[in-house]
Amino acid sequence: MTEVSFLFILLLTVGSALGVVLSRNLIYSAVFLLFTLLGIAGLYVFLWADFLAGVQIAIYIGGILVLILFGIMLTHKIVSVNISHSSLQRGVGGLLTLALIAFLSWIALRTPWRMVSSQEPLQTVGRIGQELMTNFLLPFEVASVLLLGALIGAALLSRRDT
Amino acid sequence: MTVDQIIRWFQSLSGSGEQAWMFLAAVVITGLPLFLVLATNAIVAVYVERKVSAFMQDRIGPMGQGAGFHAGKWGLLQTVADALKLLLKEDVIPSAADRKLFVLAPYIIFLAPFLAIAAIPFNQVLQVSDLNIGVFYVLAMGSFGVIGLILAGWASDNKWSLYGAMRSAAQIVSYEIPAGLSIIAVVMLVGSLNLQQIIEFQTGTRWGFLPNWVVFHNPFSFLAFFIYFISSVAEVNRTPFDIPEAESELVAGFHTEYSGMRWALFFLSEYANMLIVTAVAVIVFLGGWTSPIPGLFATAGWGLFWFLFKIGILILVMMWFRWTFPRLRVDQLMHVCWKVFIPLAMLNIFGVGVWALGVG
Repeated sequence: MTEVSFLFILLLTVGSALGVVLSRNLIYSAVFLLFTLLGIAGLYVFLWADFLAGVQIAIYIGGILVLILFGIMLTHKIVSVNISHSSLQRGVGGLLTLALIAFLSWIALRTPWRMVSSQEPLQTVGRIGQELMTNFLLPFEVASVLLLGALIGAALLSRRDT
Repeated sequence: MTVDQIIRWFQSLSGSGEQAWMFLAAVVITGLPLFLVLATNAIVAVYVERKVSAFMQDRIGPMGQGAGFHAGKWGLLQTVADALKLLLKEDVIPSAADRKLFVLAPYIIFLAPFLAIAAIPFNQVLQVSDLNIGVFYVLAMGSFGVIGLILAGWASDNKWSLYGAMRSAAQIVSYEIPAGLSIIAVVMLVGSLNLQQIIEFQTGTRWGFLPNWVVFHNPFSFLAFFIYFISSVAEVNRTPFDIPEAESELVAGFHTEYSGMRWALFFLSEYANMLIVTAVAVIVFLGGWTSPIPGLFATAGWGLFWFLFKIGILILVMMWFRWTFPRLRVDQLMHVCWKVFIPLAMLNIFGVGVWALGVG
């Protein structure tokens, strides 16, 4: 059962990721992206990272994808715009892709992977919170300041000159 | 009754290990009742809404009188007749619409509450999945439906639909923030995201007579309940926050072009969303399945009753809002959210933290 559902989620992720790249209509790409992000959330669940899966859905689907769709819809006559996924320079591109795949596979094979235990951990969220407040406090604060800067910038840009 | 328990039961019956059919059967066994809950909720709520609106406007609403085939006593069968009518209606897809997305959108919208209800505890034992991150999962699933709204508005190729979808998405995304922030305050108090643990925190009494619900815990959590409830009214696009479907300006908003069963799916998910947001309000602030009279009527059966009773009260309050308040303007709506609710909700988090440290 685990294998079947894992395979299903894998196919959903990879298949819709292909859809994102290959579809000629920008809004279809966005819809495919929805399923890709859902699939990634599913992969997180397989790693017992339930909180991360929730974050994935809340932030990426509820926030970023909505913003992308907003951008697409507010663009005038988006369908008629030829965004052309038509491939240019297939030969060089193919070679580069093959090289990239080879490089990534080499890394994947060389890395000593840490196996996740198949036992459900007692708590997931609590641990994340403790780590963020102790070992990773500085990155956490830096990210907060960055977001605060973005927030202030957005408010400044959208503000009427008075 | 969780999926795992049913799978274990199957295993003990057949004497073999876990197999794919067990998982599928368990999902169907738990999923079908949830769908029935959502469908029944919509049918009952539509009837109640008609009656409530009628009484508020000094009418009598749907009635069946005299001999012959009418809508039953007190119009009780009115919604059933409506559902039949919707089933038999022609399914119109505008020729200018983007067919694939037009068909897909209602399902995505309905998926959101259907996924969310899987984590809702109906009483001490009745819960499909007791997730560690329960309350966060339910909130995350709520944000899922926005995509469906946007797609529906865009795919219809209709300016009113698009306007409705834009307004709706902006409103939902904005009001998720104060709703989420006021729940964070409670999560800080309880120290868990698990819905059952949040409810168990609220058992017992407070000052000897009040139930120990979060809403009575301290002044800040009392305020948080109101922020959450008003934000949730906005999240489900109901009056006074119904500018996405404002009939007088946008025809019907994002579902203008939908008809028949597809339109019914929108309606179903609107009422399903009401059920989800009120269920979260009940679980997080009003003690979920705990009895309002501490110590009395505390069995699992009564738990189910109390849970549904509290949800019913909150849904009635939402209907009361709808027929009482006029619609807000777009700028007023955003003003309330960003300049009133979000600062208040942040203050609440601070206040609850100080209270938890100082008073306990």
